[in-house]
Amino acid sequence: MSLHTISVLVEDKPGVLTRVAGLFSARGFNIDSLAVGPTGETGLSRMTIVVDVESKSLEQVTKQLNKLINVIKILEHDPGTTVERELMLVKVRTKGDDRQRVMEVASVFRVNVVDVTHATLTLEATGKPEKLEALLELLRDFGIVEVSRTGRIALARGDRGIRERVGRRLAAVGDEHPGWTGGGV
Amino acid sequence: MKVSGAQALFKALEGEGVDVVFGIPGGAILPAYDPLIDSSVRHVLTRHEQGAGHAAEGYAWATGKVGVCIATSGPGGCNLVTPLADAKMDSVPIVAITGQVPSPVVGNDAFQEADITGITMPVTKHNFLVKSPGEVAQTIREAFHIARTGRPGPVLVDIPKDVLINETDWSWPESVDLPGYRPTTKGNRKQVREAVKLILRAERPVLYVGGGVIKADAAAELRELVEAGRLPVVTTLMARGAFPDSHELALGMPGMHGCYTAVTALQKADLLVALGSRFDDRVTGQLSTFAPTAKIIHADIDPAEIGKNRVADVPIVGDVRDIIAKLVAELRHQQEGRGVPDREAWLRTLASWKERYPLRYEQPDDGLLKPQFAIDRLRELTDGDAIVVAGVGQHQMWASQFWRFEEPRTWINSGGLGTMGFAVPAALGAKAGRPDRRVVAIDGDGCFQMTAQELATSTTENIPFITAIMNNAYLGMVRQWQELFYKERYSQVYLTHDTPDYVKLAEAYGAVGLRAEHADEVDAVIEKALSVEDRSVVIDFRCDPGEMVFPMVPAGASNDDIIIGPGGLRPVDDPAEAPIA
Repeated sequence: MSLHTISVLVEDKPGVLTRVAGLFSARGFNIDSLAVGPTGETGLSRMTIVVDVESKSLEQVTKQLNKLINVIKILEHDPGTTVERELMLVKVRTKGDDRQRVMEVASVFRVNVVDVTHATLTLEATGKPEKLEALLELLRDFGIVEVSRTGRIALARGDRGIRERVGRRLAAVGDEHPGWTGGGV
Repeated sequence: MKVSGAQALFKALEGEGVDVVFGIPGGAILPAYDPLIDSSVRHVLTRHEQGAGHAAEGYAWATGKVGVCIATSGPGGCNLVTPLADAKMDSVPIVAITGQVPSPVVGNDAFQEADITGITMPVTKHNFLVKSPGEVAQTIREAFHIARTGRPGPVLVDIPKDVLINETDWSWPESVDLPGYRPTTKGNRKQVREAVKLILRAERPVLYVGGGVIKADAAAELRELVEAGRLPVVTTLMARGAFPDSHELALGMPGMHGCYTAVTALQKADLLVALGSRFDDRVTGQLSTFAPTAKIIHADIDPAEIGKNRVADVPIVGDVRDIIAKLVAELRHQQEGRGVPDREAWLRTLASWKERYPLRYEQPDDGLLKPQFAIDRLRELTDGDAIVVAGVGQHQMWASQFWRFEEPRTWINSGGLGTMGFAVPAALGAKAGRPDRRVVAIDGDGCFQMTAQELATSTTENIPFITAIMNNAYLGMVRQWQELFYKERYSQVYLTHDTPDYVKLAEAYGAVGLRAEHADEVDAVIEKALSVEDRSVVIDFRCDPGEMVFPMVPAGASNDDIIIGPGGLRPVDDPAEAPIA
């Protein structure tokens, strides 16, 4: 099993999140994280889903997702050519001298302090998932009160948007349908 | 023109060419039942919503058109869940319309409220909750489009009561707007060329034909392909009738209870041309040992089926009718000048297997009645001229094995979901859709009791069909498994031959009830049944409870380990064990 990031462009219709999430559970696939938000286009939302599957199963995931009527487009991200980010808020216990030491860590990681109390500091961190993991690891020594993460979001590098990209090239479709990009069956 | 949402619903159904719907009214759907009175659409009042759903399926199977069922909110919709799941598994195009509690109380645990779009999400191709009367026509249009195009399937449209009551300006949408739904229908020519190259190179090819060929109305094209390439054919449970069983190149049904030749042909093939089939576990048996030496050409309209269970060497996505037509043209083109490859040795081998290991049963003169004999006689005395509908279990397998099908849409059953109780309501729907054809439901006694109430519908709506119950007093298929795999420890499978009294039950429903207990009574009873045209007939065939379905590939076993008779009988000198020359 390994983590794969996919972007799913969906119609912003009631129940679409349930359809997508339900498909994962019904077919026995595990969602590692899921982030949803509006896009620049009215009526369209974009989901970024990190799924824990083998590559062979990933093909089945994307094919099944494509069958959902409200799914417009799916892109499997190549880690090498993808910008991935996640936002995390973390509240850290700061006893005695700890406040200064936590702020030093924050500075090294270039993260913002967004709230301070007598006993805690709240940090806002953005970055690749590995960076957030590294930060959490350091903060664990001080004592973490709570963490909230957005889940991963991703865009492919280069000048093309998701709509111009080939979702998954199925050998069955060539000349007449350059790169089968889904669209339900 | 101002219309209510309910009027818009029926105008839209009329616009889609719907002639008959199956349903039951109730509170939330009440407003729809008033404009129904003035509509050209015929409503068949079933006795259970499950019956309405299976009737819509039977109608769709028999006619190729979209079947429609209607139910109220809450329990009404919930009772449609089984038919919807059945239609999803077997790719049957139906549209279910359900009433919903009024929009202001949705989510309030109102009387007869159920989140039916939530409940049916996994068992429909798509579903809709209509928010305003102005959306009714567009939604119905989209629902029918989704149900019948691409890989067909069930679509549910949930309409709150206030949406049915409130008014809107009528307009019939010219087109559908579904940006996320664009099925690939045309098979790719390059892939077709690759496929034909494989076919011409193959020494032991087999066409593995599934239900998609019937859904795509591709039987004529299939026959051309078979004859152009002299390619032997197996037809799965879902595809019976897609190719005539009487044809010399027909090998019969493969799978768990398939005939020896069909099962073994797949095992020994060096090329499978899968057409609208999905490598279902009931066909493949143990997947890792299925057709071990075969390359795979896989043509299907659903890209998700390709590579799901077995990797395809040449995948072709598209409507299987288009693909087969292209395969025929390309095959003729590539064969031009050099003719059909010489594969007569392979065909002779298959013919010898057919002769040596046919489907068989023995009907002793004075012994218990064998269900296969009853089915055999039914086919004989009807000249095979009937639409045959089956439930699920032993009788379904015997019907598929012993009826010999010659044309598509003459075999209707519940394949993927295996829904007991399917036959009677599906026969009702088939007869409603094809009043010109004789409809015969071959049912089991267990199945029959699950949905027998639709005989009342048959009588009151004057939709007559014959139900032949293979009454073996048991949940026979479960009994068979307990006999074979649980050391004959029978657990909760005995139903009795005579409770209920099926003859009396038939009469109570206004049908004719008949009974045959011995082989020598069978013909007379069938002839009597065939002479009745104005009413349904139920025949209680009192069958041998010990009869089992063979051949059989035990669940999870390899198709190579096929058992062809009682006592674990293996083929003598199994030719399949010898390497193919």
